[in-house]
Amino acid sequence: MSGWASALAGGVLIGLAAVLLLWSIGRIAGISGIATGAIEGARGDRAWRLAFLAGLVIAGAIALQFVPAPPRTQTAPAPLLLAAGFLVGFGTRLGSGCTSGHGVCGLGRLSRRSLAAVATFMAFAMATTFIVRQASVSLP
Amino acid sequence: MSRVVIAALASGTLFGAGLAISSMTDRRVVLGFLDVAGRWNPTLAFVLAGAVAVTGVAFHLVLKRPSPMLGGEFHVPRGDAIDRRLLSGAAIFGIGWGLVGFCPGPALVGAAAGLADAWIFLPAMIAGGWIAGRATSR
Repeated sequence: MSGWASALAGGVLIGLAAVLLLWSIGRIAGISGIATGAIEGARGDRAWRLAFLAGLVIAGAIALQFVPAPPRTQTAPAPLLLAAGFLVGFGTRLGSGCTSGHGVCGLGRLSRRSLAAVATFMAFAMATTFIVRQASVSLP
Repeated sequence: MSRVVIAALASGTLFGAGLAISSMTDRRVVLGFLDVAGRWNPTLAFVLAGAVAVTGVAFHLVLKRPSPMLGGEFHVPRGDAIDRRLLSGAAIFGIGWGLVGFCPGPALVGAAAGLADAWIFLPAMIAGGWIAGRATSR
């Protein structure tokens, strides 16, 4: 499949996953929220979260064996990866959602709140990428 | 396994396969999408477009039902407040996402697939979430 076709097919699968979760058990498929609840949530509320995350990582890791996969070796400096990881964890918790919860699910519900979140994180992500690329081009 | 657990497992499975097939787990592709002012690769717009096309139609129909198929109630956020906490959280997340191109789902899948980048990113992501939770629960 060409790039856009596999992107569209993957997006449709993600959308179907979110619909299945809401239709069957009434939950929003927001990964940061599901993961937080799996670690810190009430005991009786953990089983479905752990099952979702298990399916996510097992299916994702298997599927990556059949598509052009990213390199396994480290491709960015550790301090950059650590700083970015911290910001992503902190920001998604503070803002109550990530690309899946606010993006896939929030936009699907026509939530104004999620639309504001998506516009904000997209704008900041694009600005950050721009600045990093400018800085790395101007380095000797 | 309960039917609730099987449904969640099935949903996670579809989601993980979707992330891998769509190249969302390849942070170089994600950065190519975010680099709108440079050599922009718009392909990933199709991921969000495909997903929201499905949820935009189906969520509306699902939420007309009185309750979820396997019982209980719909756990949908009710608040509609666009406050400082939401926007600052989204901005901080955006900066982290723009720095290396991992958001939470792809970081989890990448770690399971043995990507070294994700193995370094993930513990810091969990720590960041934990600290934000501590800071905001006071």
